[in-house]
Amino acid sequence: MTNWIDIGTIADIPRLGARTVETALGQVAVFRTAEDEVFALINKCPHKNGPLSEGIVMGRKVACPLHNWVIDLNSGHADAPDEGCTTPLALKDEGGRLLLGLDAVAAVAHG
Amino acid sequence: MNSVPRQRLVVIGNGMAGMRTVEELLARAPVRYDITVFGAEPHPNYNRIMLSSVLAGEKQIDDIIINPRAWYTQNAITLHAGDAVIGIDAKTKTVTAASGLRVAYDKLLLATGSKPLMPPLPGLDLPGIVTFRDIADIDKMLAAAEAKQRAVVIGGGLLGLEAAWGLKRRGMPVALVHLMPTLMERQLDTEAGTLLQRDLDERGLHFFTSGQTERIIGSERAEGVALADGRTVPGDLVVVAIGIRPNVDMGKAADVDINRGILVGDDMATSDPDIYAVGECVEHNGQVFGLVAPIWEQAKVCAARLAGDTVASYVTPALSTRLKITGIDVFSAGKLAAEDDGDEEVVFRDAAKGVYRKLVVRGNRLVGAVLYGDVADGGWYFDLIKGNKDVAEMRDRLIFGQGFADQDCCGGSKAGLNVAAMTDDTQVCGCNGVSKGAIVKAIGEKGLTTLDEVRAHTKASASCGMCTPTVQAILSFVTGSDAAAPEVMCKCTDHGHDHVRHAILDQRLKTMADLREALGWKTADGCAKCRPALNYYLLCAWPGEYVDDYRSRFINERVHANIQKDGTYSVIPRMWGGVTTPAELRAIADVADKFNIPTVKVTGGQRIDLLGVKKQDLPAVWGDLNQAGLVSGHGYAKGLRTVKTCVGSEWCRFGTQDSTALGIKLEKMMWGSWTPHKVKLAVSGCPRNCAEATIKDIGIICVEAGYDMVIGGNGGIEVRVTDPLTRLTTEAEVLEYSAAFMQLYREEGHYLERTAPYLERVGLAHIKARILEDDAGRKALYARFLFAQSFAQDDPWAERAGGGVDAHEFQSLAVVS
Ligand code: SRM
Ligand SMILES: Cc1cc2nc3c(=O)[nH]c(=O)nc-3n(C[C@H](O)[C@H](O)[C@H](O)COP(=O)(O)OP(=O)(O)OC[C@H]3O[C@@H](n4cnc5c(N)ncnc54)[C@H](O)[C@@H]3O)c2cc1C
Ligand code: SF4
Ligand code: FES
Repeated sequence: MTNWIDIGTIADIPRLGARTVETALGQVAVFRTAEDEVFALINKCPHKNGPLSEGIVMGRKVACPLHNWVIDLNSGHADAPDEGCTTPLALKDEGGRLLLGLDAVAAVAHG
Repeated sequence: MNSVPRQRLVVIGNGMAGMRTVEELLARAPVRYDITVFGAEPHPNYNRIMLSSVLAGEKQIDDIIINPRAWYTQNAITLHAGDAVIGIDAKTKTVTAASGLRVAYDKLLLATGSKPLMPPLPGLDLPGIVTFRDIADIDKMLAAAEAKQRAVVIGGGLLGLEAAWGLKRRGMPVALVHLMPTLMERQLDTEAGTLLQRDLDERGLHFFTSGQTERIIGSERAEGVALADGRTVPGDLVVVAIGIRPNVDMGKAADVDINRGILVGDDMATSDPDIYAVGECVEHNGQVFGLVAPIWEQAKVCAARLAGDTVASYVTPALSTRLKITGIDVFSAGKLAAEDDGDEEVVFRDAAKGVYRKLVVRGNRLVGAVLYGDVADGGWYFDLIKGNKDVAEMRDRLIFGQGFADQDCCGGSKAGLNVAAMTDDTQVCGCNGVSKGAIVKAIGEKGLTTLDEVRAHTKASASCGMCTPTVQAILSFVTGSDAAAPEVMCKCTDHGHDHVRHAILDQRLKTMADLREALGWKTADGCAKCRPALNYYLLCAWPGEYVDDYRSRFINERVHANIQKDGTYSVIPRMWGGVTTPAELRAIADVADKFNIPTVKVTGGQRIDLLGVKKQDLPAVWGDLNQAGLVSGHGYAKGLRTVKTCVGSEWCRFGTQDSTALGIKLEKMMWGSWTPHKVKLAVSGCPRNCAEATIKDIGIICVEAGYDMVIGGNGGIEVRVTDPLTRLTTEAEVLEYSAAFMQLYREEGHYLERTAPYLERVGLAHIKARILEDDAGRKALYARFLFAQSFAQDDPWAERAGGGVDAHEFQSLAVVS
């Protein structure tokens, strides 16, 4: 059973932007796309741990602020030719409230 | 239909020769083989030639990957990267890798390249000795460069020189030891070799020619080299680049015939008909290889044979050499000197321009060419040599190059080439053997418009890149446009920067959404490349109207501080003209104490940097700095950075004008402006130029009679000295002319183009026409600049310090356990 934690509202995140959440797993970046989809990733770029929350969001991707790797918000995977993956977390938008599924991480962490 | 079972092809060596052969094979017979590739290096196939550019900091590893991993997947090739083959059993037809993996083959391809030649020197096993062959070597050299050690390069051939230059570019002091009296003696005659040494000497390399290395000094690690004549050269990094020898290990393992290299016939097969070999590991007709041009030929022949062709056969093409050191142009092909009375040398020298040419003519044929300084005609001479063409007709004009030798020639293009006069079979890309005709044909048939497309379709300029200007010239010639311009902004659009900027004004596009819609953007949100550019173009076009889209700015410009590698930030307050006060210094000290800021550093731009500030502390740090009157220095902005000054006439015994005060006036006028790339100014009080005005975007050098204004300098990656614009007599004029130039650059510069490349693109004459020859136009530019500034000069820190603007940037959304 996933334990859903209320972290705020979708309005708290700027469109095409991100905010951070401090968790026991480390800092998590929560993103909001132009289409108001939301995604959560461990806030560490697979390249050199750059804070992805600070990157430029485009479509369902974010460009890391340090060296411009492009990371898929859904899967956490880097776009080719770069290789690497950060951990995606479950995040759902229920009537504007954002619920983060912290323990859902185990399921995908090795995916 | 796939009725014939596929054969198994195993390739040993995931390098340039091996993968080119596979590419050629896939093009001919896509389904004939199941292909397995073993590579000792943990990387996908990359362009080894470009390691020199990576070392010099001109390219990243990412830029030189030829076949990314996805390519292997798409073509169903099994890649074992980082797993070297250690054994071959030709009887059972299996190979064994270091990991223990065994794979059976029907055909085997050996493409293991070569090994760096190591001289038998005492001390060669010490730490600190590297060769120059692969990415791992580059990593070692870069680590040493970062530690700011000293380097000694042994070997003054192509490889050694490129290594030395790369390390020098990385900031290391470099000495080069060469056995022979002149550099590159195998490719250059004495005179060109001497010119080369002189030019590299001027660029700060130290040479020890006629230097026989006797041993490596040092006990724990390398500390330098000792020469036979008693000289010693200190260095903690010793790069050995004296040559290569074919890597025949796999030939031995397979028990095929070997001499210097693995012996192959004209069909590229070894003595075992099921085992082929290509690249630097082979020996063909007594010859071994070290350049890619012949290797690409081998790849073609080998692929044809593997695909079932029974006639394709390999002949070594004529070879030419170029050195890949930016700004040093060297070309040679064929004979370096007359060999007997029948040969004649024709020599041309222009010492002032540093140009030297030597042609070797035998009978009515050209048999050799050595060019130094201006190599634009290299390809043409090379064609004459290869084609064994009769040059009697143009014998007396030959030395002056194609433009003069060809009778009815017209104007040349930018690169000094005459594309119209080039024959179709003129070879343009030596590495890939692509002729002018092939490029013209591809452009026409496939409708190519960009350099990248031409590269993708023809491979021209895709290897060492030296022929890029020629390919570009052909592209512009065929498409009738300036090849520099149609370079598109990014993958989201087919338009170039100028087109977009004009459309914004002509169609009065005022939002990013309108713009993308009107110009048919291919992506909904744009990307990290085009969005910051569009945001700037709109901001510049519609001052006061356009609402800045801060989500389209890089993090630094979004939070008005520079992100550091650990995710903390640096804060640089403005220090007008480099002048400060005890009160400001106290405020900076207090802030550093209060927020535990780990590093306080004086920058190269005459001000103070506070490094390692936590993001959430930024607003409070700014608040405290604001209290003392300090505002953002925009150390993060594509905008005005610093105005450096010297003490000038106020204090200095040579000062002619108050350079400090003038610098402050310029900075007060220009701060806060957004520009295509960063802009830096300097004002020096006399021609001694202590503020280094001659490498700034705008420099003012005070003289008794007034102010010399210079523009387009850059002290960065590619140092460029300014061009003089004009002499002015009053401070007011300096402000007007500087602002006018700034505005012209703001309106015409491409995003991320500094003034130096901007100036080279549009030409100094254009700038003079706009600023000097058109008084009304200059005044209008000045007025537009001041108008834009009226919306730009709000301290971004003050807006954020109180928590008003963008507060969400600096706080976590939530803390959960
Ligand atoms: C802090 C400073 C080094 C220092 O400790 O002295 C510095 C630091 C950086 N420089 Fe610089 N440069 C600094 C003076 C210079 C100078 C010297 C000068 O301005 O007189 C130059 C050469 C002059 C010039 O620009 O022509 C310089 C040429 C560069 C370049 C190469 C630019 C080019 O056109 O080739 C880059 C890379 C870039 O901009 O793309 C760069 C980029 C950077 C970046 C922004 C790298 C980055 O992206 O993170 C560094 C930001 C550090 C930070 O977080 O604060 N920095 N940089 C200097 C800040 C000056 C200031 O007070 O604002
Ligand atoms: C710094 C530098 C600059 C150069 N500049 C130029 C230039 O300007 N112009 C030019 O024409 N040429 C240039 N060259 C030469 C050019 O790069 C080579 O000619 C070319 O790479 C040779 O291709 P290859 O496939 O034979 O060897 P490589 O590209 O070296 O590939 C061989 C591969 O086989 C692997 N291998 C070896 N043994 C095994 C094993 N047992 N199992 C698995 N894998 C193995 C190696 O690790 C290597 O990756 C340059 C070379 C260097 C190093
Ligand atoms: S530039 Fe001239 S005025 Fe300035 S410090 Fe040097 S000598 Fe003095
Ligand atoms: S840390 Fe993200 S790209 Fe380098």
